[in-house]
Amino acid sequence: MERNHHLHRQLANLRQSFFDQGYLDEQFIQLEELQDDANPNFVEEVVTLFYKDSARLIHSIDQALEKHPLDFAKLDSYMHQFKGSSSSIGAKKVKIECTQFGEYCRAGNVEGCKRTFQQLKREYAVLRKKLEAYFQFVRQIGPIETASRPN
Amino acid sequence: MMENSKTTAGFSSPRSDNFPAGLRVLVVDDDPTWLKILEKMLKKCSYEVTVCGLAREALNLLRERKDGFDIVISDVNMPDMDGFKLLEHVGLEMDLPVIMMSVDGETSRVMKGVQHGACDYLLKPIRMKELRNIWQHVLRKRMHEARDIGNHEMDQFDEVWMLNGTELLSGKKRKDFDNEKEISDSRCVDSSSMKKARVVWTVDLHQKFVKAVNQIGFDKAGPKKILDLMGVPWLTRENVASHLQKYRLYLTRLQKENEVKASFCGMKHPNVSSKENSPQNPVDVCADVINDKCSGVSGDKAIVQNGKANIYESKVKGVVSMPVAEPRSVVGDNFGSKTSLSDSFALINTDVKSLNVPTPYCFTGEAPQPQYKQDFKPRFPSCTQPTCSLNFVPSHEVRDRVSSKENKPSFFKSRSGVGKLSALEAIQPVSHQINFHALEQIPSTTWSMTSQNVDQNLVNGLQSSPGNLTLGSGSVVASLGEDASIQGECFPAYYGLRNIQQFDYSDPQTISGVPTCLYDTLRFDYEYPNDSLEGIVLDQGLFIV
Repeated sequence: MERNHHLHRQLANLRQSFFDQGYLDEQFIQLEELQDDANPNFVEEVVTLFYKDSARLIHSIDQALEKHPLDFAKLDSYMHQFKGSSSSIGAKKVKIECTQFGEYCRAGNVEGCKRTFQQLKREYAVLRKKLEAYFQFVRQIGPIETASRPN
Repeated sequence: MMENSKTTAGFSSPRSDNFPAGLRVLVVDDDPTWLKILEKMLKKCSYEVTVCGLAREALNLLRERKDGFDIVISDVNMPDMDGFKLLEHVGLEMDLPVIMMSVDGETSRVMKGVQHGACDYLLKPIRMKELRNIWQHVLRKRMHEARDIGNHEMDQFDEVWMLNGTELLSGKKRKDFDNEKEISDSRCVDSSSMKKARVVWTVDLHQKFVKAVNQIGFDKAGPKKILDLMGVPWLTRENVASHLQKYRLYLTRLQKENEVKASFCGMKHPNVSSKENSPQNPVDVCADVINDKCSGVSGDKAIVQNGKANIYESKVKGVVSMPVAEPRSVVGDNFGSKTSLSDSFALINTDVKSLNVPTPYCFTGEAPQPQYKQDFKPRFPSCTQPTCSLNFVPSHEVRDRVSSKENKPSFFKSRSGVGKLSALEAIQPVSHQINFHALEQIPSTTWSMTSQNVDQNLVNGLQSSPGNLTLGSGSVVASLGEDASIQGECFPAYYGLRNIQQFDYSDPQTISGVPTCLYDTLRFDYEYPNDSLEGIVLDQGLFIV
């Protein structure tokens, strides 16, 4: 019991760190609030879906960035989609990179685009790792409902 | 289940007990993550959700299941079809409210969405609280539809406003209307982006329509023919078709109503001092109004009749009035002056255009109470001595502008004059009540606004000093002259009404001086089912041939 309590606290702290460090925004809380008996793992399902779906976009953008000259309109369009997706799980840092990328696109800044995209992919991957660890943790010690959810 | 409002006269669906629960929402987004989230959110709102990852698929779905959805939420950026394109199709083919969503809040894009007919533009990440509210678009749309249909179960404001605006405006209001008209014109003209722009059937336009129908022959008239005859370039066949449908409904209903023998009496007093009180027959005035000949009808003019109470029989086309009683004498006996009464009526009468409402209000000093309680059919015959029979027919023409400026002086004057008359005591409340009636029955905002004038003073006078009602018109008068009559805009007057009513009921003192039947009349009115009245009244106003 004591140990369980301790773990829950750890989980809560971990979760809180995502917000404190700017990885996630309130959208993630929205997802948590949607979780109910009908979908007890709703947040994880959504995050998983996001990573699965966005992989193709990342791939598309990667390919588009190889082209000469760059098709900025196309890149911008891709990034727009990616930004929309990122907003669905509240991937705050990723979203920031998306916005930056879009600006470089409109400015026709090739270097800026490429650099930002690398940064974007890093943030994307970091968040993925963090969230994966988090969900694993959740599965270990029980449903998130039992974890204290700071409001 | 829910039927599309296009096919139902009264959009019963959104009014069903559990509306907005069960609202049928189609979500279109190429982003599966958002689809999943939105689906969940909408379900939590108790909506019935269908999700679709492709715009074309969504379009097919919508075409297959016509009337299968109440509202569409669509992403702007989709690979297979631009969201705006989808929006256009949906607006054109299904006439459903569409909410656009995008992670991009750039003004130009939002603008584009709205120009293409989106009823709302949500920014991602979309919150549940935003989705909880989307039913309002469905309701609004149906209200507008009802407006077009002339159903009048709901807000009629816009249409009424337009009707007013066409020819009846004067002064400042005219300007407002012009603006409005410009807006609507541009909407209609810009057919590329606003194909589904709602046509405002102004009196003028409707007359063209009717003319065309008559020319072709009612039975043979089809949308295409009518459209050709009307010669209004921006009008579409669909516009005409829909209006034709409504027009037919309206005629059918009118026929039924005639069978009910709708008649009412109106009472007017001659004593109003204002010179504007031309001895015009109410019918004439009404006709004028209808025919757009009478621009800037001043309240007094329209109102003041030759001190006769008239009964109007409704006819499908046109209104026939016949004098039924001479309230003058009756009133005269009881009260030194009728001015106040007539004046307060004046306001209302001005607004009155359609003479179709089967709602006679009679009060007699000696009349037995339950007189009008049981039914609303014309009862005058039984009213042996109608002091005055009042009828208020809510009409479309009712203008807020009837308002004030014109009325004010005479209103004020006569009012104060009245104040001196002791007999007034009885009358005063009466007229208030009457006004109130009119209000109650008026479904449209315009009406409220009309009554607002009266109402306002009612509220003011009554609320602040109940005594006024019975004891003197002094303060009532004041409020009438000053603020009461100057309401330009329309507000839901019901609020005020309720208060008044309560007041009337709760304070027997107030009513003590009033003939009992008054009280009953009031009550009757309150109980009177709004629906039938509204329909009739407004219909009449809507489609005057």
